[in-house]
Amino acid sequence: MSFGTYKEVMALKAKDGKIGGVAQDGGVVTTLLCYALEKGVIDGALVAGKSETPWMPKPTIATTKEEIIAAAGTKYTISPVVSTIKDAAREYGLEKIAVVGTPCQIYAVQKMRLYGVGARHIPDKVAMTVGIFCTENFSYAGLRTVIEDHCKVPIESVTKMEIGKGKFWVKGAKDVSIPIKETHKYEQDGCHVCSDLTAEFADISTGSIGTPDGWSTTFARSTRGKDLLSKAIADGLFEKKSMDEFKSAPDAKIKSGLDLLGNLEKGKKDKAKKHFDERKALGLFVTPEILY
Amino acid sequence: MTKPKVAYVHLSGCTGCLVSLADTYEKLLDILGAVDMVYNLTLADARTLPEGKVDIAIVEGGVCLQDEESVHLIKETREKAGLVVAYGGCSATGNVLNFSRGGQWNQPQHESFVPINRLIKVDAYIPGCPPAPEVIYNFCIAAVTGDTEYLKPFMANEAGGYHCGCDLNTRVIENSLCMGCGTCAASCPTRAIEMVYGRPSFNNIRCIKCGACSFACPRTFLPVNKIKTLLV
Repeated sequence: MSFGTYKEVMALKAKDGKIGGVAQDGGVVTTLLCYALEKGVIDGALVAGKSETPWMPKPTIATTKEEIIAAAGTKYTISPVVSTIKDAAREYGLEKIAVVGTPCQIYAVQKMRLYGVGARHIPDKVAMTVGIFCTENFSYAGLRTVIEDHCKVPIESVTKMEIGKGKFWVKGAKDVSIPIKETHKYEQDGCHVCSDLTAEFADISTGSIGTPDGWSTTFARSTRGKDLLSKAIADGLFEKKSMDEFKSAPDAKIKSGLDLLGNLEKGKKDKAKKHFDERKALGLFVTPEILY
Repeated sequence: MTKPKVAYVHLSGCTGCLVSLADTYEKLLDILGAVDMVYNLTLADARTLPEGKVDIAIVEGGVCLQDEESVHLIKETREKAGLVVAYGGCSATGNVLNFSRGGQWNQPQHESFVPINRLIKVDAYIPGCPPAPEVIYNFCIAAVTGDTEYLKPFMANEAGGYHCGCDLNTRVIENSLCMGCGTCAASCPTRAIEMVYGRPSFNNIRCIKCGACSFACPRTFLPVNKIKTLLV
């Protein structure tokens, strides 16, 4: 188990019922962004909002609590969040931007802070990066195929999707689950060389893996990430538990807590290495240092 | 430590890169304080490259092959400079000069404008139109402090020479590396890139061939160790 660099890991659940109702798991991202906005830590957030097409996310610059809450919940397809960063700084005139993204998007933002040749006056405006755990992502057409051809429900009837316990779940007019194995072929290939499950380069990372329904496993990685989390917890926004509470028994067949997260992380890293080597053998270019 | 001698060589460019350098505001004083600017047509009072060696030559603009003086100057720069930096799109990748074809006043015979690596060996490239002030600052400080790890991506040959938005297809998507983050779209100075279904859709009429998109893409290079230093 490595999970990258972090100062603290914990299990969190938002106390605000309104957020709990719309959030994917523990409501950590939504709650934290609203709190940071209220406290002036950020003045806007780049999030995956909704578009007119069902379950097609639209990269959105949220500057109010309502806009943040409207973007709550996971959409299992690509939302090019970094594409909005310049508009946020220029057109919206934001000075303290939070970015919510998958691990690969977080390292795109961090690279931009160092090598942003086309990112004038953006590096110092990234006030917070919130990474969400990610195993892989689907193209929109891939997601639609999974929902309509495999789960056999119309995409517009779906109100929530989840991945967990080895299954892909859709909920809505009808609740259906299929084995996650069936969805693998629709993953975008660019994900297969990624070795980062827990957004190791974000200020704060969070996701459902390792905690029961309604909770989120949360890492505070940087000083500013830990400060924000500590203040939010001190102000009573979250129920907090130690990750030790979810430890699996030594002889358990199915792991839980950080053991489960560690296993999945190792799986992702091993898979990335395998794909990396296969592509090298094919003579393809693979990003140097992507396996770290 | 003696300050490195820096010459800022201005060829066929619009001075936007120099404006971007000045756009580092008070940090410009750090840069100017860290170096000895021996030649810079806009900022220093010297009309010609000084005699003897300079440590770093920062070159803005492409070379006009029909302009004897430009060709001579870039050759002289190479001879005198320890490090030659192709600074900004025109110098590094050809940029919008790729479209020039002569026949325009007031020098109709000037038609071939090439990135400087067509004529001389280049040690580092900073693409972008113009490169962002933060990058210039980071580059200068890394050069002065000898931070080779930071400088490495700029020194890769693929950072220079002809580039355009098609790179996103040929270097990233065709190697099945794209995951749809949108960094290329944000980095494009002309908004030639729109994300459609999670992939860059590229308008080649708007592209000015500056090289920023593929350089910024986290899948062309990923400076992991440097990123780790950001997380304090």
